[in-house]
Amino acid sequence: MAEPYPIDDDEINVEDIEIRLLLEAIYQMYGYDFRSYSKASIRRRVMHRMTMSGFASIMEMTDKVLRDRPFFVTLLNDLTVNVTEMYRDPEFYRAFREDVVPVLKTFPFIKIWHAGCSTGEEIYSMAILLEEEGLYDRAMIYATDIDKNVLASAKKGIYSIEAVKQYGDNYRRAGGRHSLSDYFTARYDSVIMEQRLKRNIVFADHDLATDQVFGEMHVILCRNVLIYFDRALQARVIRLFSDSLDMGGYLCLGTKESLRFSGQEETFDVINTPLRIFRKRQLLHHA
Amino acid sequence: MGASWGGLNAYTRILSALPADFPAAILLVQHQHASAENRLPWLLARYCQLPVIAPEDKEEIQPGCVYVAPPGYHMLVEEDGTLAFSAGRAVLFSRPSVDELFLSAGAVYGKQLVGVILTGANEDGAKGIDYIHRRGGFTIAQSPVSAEAPAMPEAAIKTGAVSRVLDLEAIGPFLAEQVPG
Repeated sequence: MAEPYPIDDDEINVEDIEIRLLLEAIYQMYGYDFRSYSKASIRRRVMHRMTMSGFASIMEMTDKVLRDRPFFVTLLNDLTVNVTEMYRDPEFYRAFREDVVPVLKTFPFIKIWHAGCSTGEEIYSMAILLEEEGLYDRAMIYATDIDKNVLASAKKGIYSIEAVKQYGDNYRRAGGRHSLSDYFTARYDSVIMEQRLKRNIVFADHDLATDQVFGEMHVILCRNVLIYFDRALQARVIRLFSDSLDMGGYLCLGTKESLRFSGQEETFDVINTPLRIFRKRQLLHHA
Repeated sequence: MGASWGGLNAYTRILSALPADFPAAILLVQHQHASAENRLPWLLARYCQLPVIAPEDKEEIQPGCVYVAPPGYHMLVEEDGTLAFSAGRAVLFSRPSVDELFLSAGAVYGKQLVGVILTGANEDGAKGIDYIHRRGGFTIAQSPVSAEAPAMPEAAIKTGAVSRVLDLEAIGPFLAEQVPG
């Protein structure tokens, strides 16, 4: 019960201002822009860090953020939510095999952008899928995240054996053709993903809130990233995706994420409703 | 409202007692596995005269509708009255977590909020009930004797922040009568 939740409306107002000042401090000092993130979500994560690190107020934590880079890195990891797994939502990967892969097979070269790749579990999931479908050799995967630290882990591709055991079931339900253990080497209590899966992956840092278009993509995957943004930032990012996609390119979102509030439903056709696979329209329809 | 073990039965009993013109929005968390296909909104709709919704991220909360948190996500309330989801860490092994919903809703709605904690086998929701109470909201716990699993309401009652302890059959009629339009 030690978490310092504000009680009366004035305190709530003060907390709101303090959070805005914290986000401004982060932006000015380190260039990461969380100012258009979902308030409710940011608030919960700021509270979590305050409790864990024992600060009396958000202002006290803001002071620490400004003067202590290692502490900022800790807070950054809280704010960016790096909870992921291999073949998260296995039904999505199954649908991707059925709805998207047949079209990709007709392309000579495939460019895929995975925005918000976190520690890389879903990047390797896609790399394995492409290899099993005979597409990996002509694919290039651009894996981006706002946080350089998680990108470094993604690049290493080392995961705990405990976690990977649980991914085997996801892999099978996702329509995996072999055994997940064919794609990594186990050593002591961790596994390292096979080097051949990394051959066509480029890791780069990219901030969806501030950075620009990323090239002519055939597929963009951005799953469970938009939920942390407010409506305005969501609309910006959907526009960024639409500008980064080739005509007929695919956009894959998380299962609770929607184009409904972005004002850009018209730009896309829906390929799979529950699993949120969209396709950029080939032709502009004139009235 | 939040429930865990035994929640489906509790929710059908409560929702079936609410009239079609029930004036408030209902946000509901039921602990369930992330891998489960989400049939809960469909199941509850069969017992309920109000529209039961499986919400999308940033959907606006409408009065007289029931919103069911999706498995695998925390459901939060934004200050502008929309819903936000988070796939962050499980809280007390739960995602969705009752505490996460109650803490965010408590901040936004203050004394306009009624928090209801139902049957369940862990302590999720106790912290949230305490917060709703301190924000001036009204809090209800299902009586432990009428709960399939008493731990969750017991933990909430132990905080001293529960305004009313009611048997399961009494909760729906109480809400129907007491929640103002």
